[in-house]
Amino acid sequence: MFNKIYDWIDDRIDINPIWRDIADHEVPEHVNPGYHFSAFVYCFGGLTFFLVVIQILSGMFLTMYYVPDIVNAWHSVYYLQNDVAAGMIVRGMHHWGASLTVVMMFLHTLRVFFTGAYKAPRELNWVVGVLLFAVILGLAFTGYLLPWDMKALFATRVGLDIAESVPFVGEWIKTLLAGDATIIGAQTLTRFFAIHVFFLPAALFILLALHFIMIRKQGISGPL
Amino acid sequence: MKRGKGLTFVGDSRIQKYDKPRLSRDYSEFPGRTEEFWPDFLLKEWMTGAVFLIGFLCLTVAHPAPLERMADPTDTGYVPLPDWYFLFLYQILKYTYASGPFNVIGAVIMPGIAFSALLLAPWLDTNKERHWLKRPIASSMMILAVGLIFYTTWESVAYHDWEQQNQQGQIVFSNLDADDPVFQELVRTNCTSCHGGELTGGSGPELIEKEMSVEHVSAFVTNGSENMPAFEDTLTEEEIQAISEFIANLELTAAE
Repeated sequence: MFNKIYDWIDDRIDINPIWRDIADHEVPEHVNPGYHFSAFVYCFGGLTFFLVVIQILSGMFLTMYYVPDIVNAWHSVYYLQNDVAAGMIVRGMHHWGASLTVVMMFLHTLRVFFTGAYKAPRELNWVVGVLLFAVILGLAFTGYLLPWDMKALFATRVGLDIAESVPFVGEWIKTLLAGDATIIGAQTLTRFFAIHVFFLPAALFILLALHFIMIRKQGISGPL
Repeated sequence: MKRGKGLTFVGDSRIQKYDKPRLSRDYSEFPGRTEEFWPDFLLKEWMTGAVFLIGFLCLTVAHPAPLERMADPTDTGYVPLPDWYFLFLYQILKYTYASGPFNVIGAVIMPGIAFSALLLAPWLDTNKERHWLKRPIASSMMILAVGLIFYTTWESVAYHDWEQQNQQGQIVFSNLDADDPVFQELVRTNCTSCHGGELTGGSGPELIEKEMSVEHVSAFVTNGSENMPAFEDTLTEEEIQAISEFIANLELTAAE
């Protein structure tokens, strides 16, 4: 049954090579924790991706309740946290998942660095990885404001003040992010929401796709 | 047939019609015991992911995500703190030569150099060796950077007043009437900078839960205390009386 459906699709769009490339590659011994326990360090990248998937899914459910305006934002989060069934779990997953993504990404970066996996011919994938690092920190920064509680507002004010202190373009960056040169308010919240939910995830998906395509194209780096 | 007249297509598309060969890969690119990704290795990854997910869900159940009271931009007494993974950047800005007139060093130049070095690592470290012990300069730079991140994060956490941090943002349901003219004109200008925007505590103690009589509050406002200034000279007796009545009347109420 499934084979027939597969063959029918394959006749039309020739997915066999794509599928074979994803499924039918070898996993060498030196990255397999089944053979060498110390190879668990090679799990960090996969776990970072797993956490990113958790962030995307839990975030999608959060937007079903969240209202990005300063009158209702806090109330919608409070309602989600205390009244919605499993709302506490979904918000908890998104909150702790953010911290863990940063931790796992940090560990993954260190693994790649100390195994020298960023060296030729894998320089471009390292650059994409560092850009992913920046995008994820951007997601963490913009997401922190969204509950619109005290710590969110004042931490964002500090962050925007730091952005403002950049020479020449600082004030421009602050106005772009906050929607106003001085006020952190209604515009700031909607802009951070747009950046957190549309702009940065779009960049994240493109960079992730590049990251994975390059891994498949180049293969994993050999044993030390 | 791959070329020539025998070449046939599916319909009028450009997909070639041919008997698909059963792919049998030669797994000899790497020495040692290699494993097929699908399905053997993926199943193991899946199990690792499942164990990880269980631990992660235990964490979310044991520690609900924090939520402080609603943002109030007028509350000037609140001490800000970024999320923990930005603490090291925040801490750098507290050092003498990275703050004030040197702010641009701590806010832009140092993080900028660190990020650029990370981004350009493959071209800064052109040593052919991959083992970290065989490229001591690159490795020691990274260890130093990680050490500094850990140290500054620790320093930021160790010297922060967590008691005030946890108190100042608490969600408190009280009978405080923010539209009351006494609150608007007197309490906002004299009390909230220390006792918090909703009097739930800041650098000074909270005033909602405390059981205090009007005379008690009035004595504090008039004469001050060890940590609190006296308002005898700045406020009239009527104003002190109004403030005292307002404060003494405060109490907790049930959640909305």
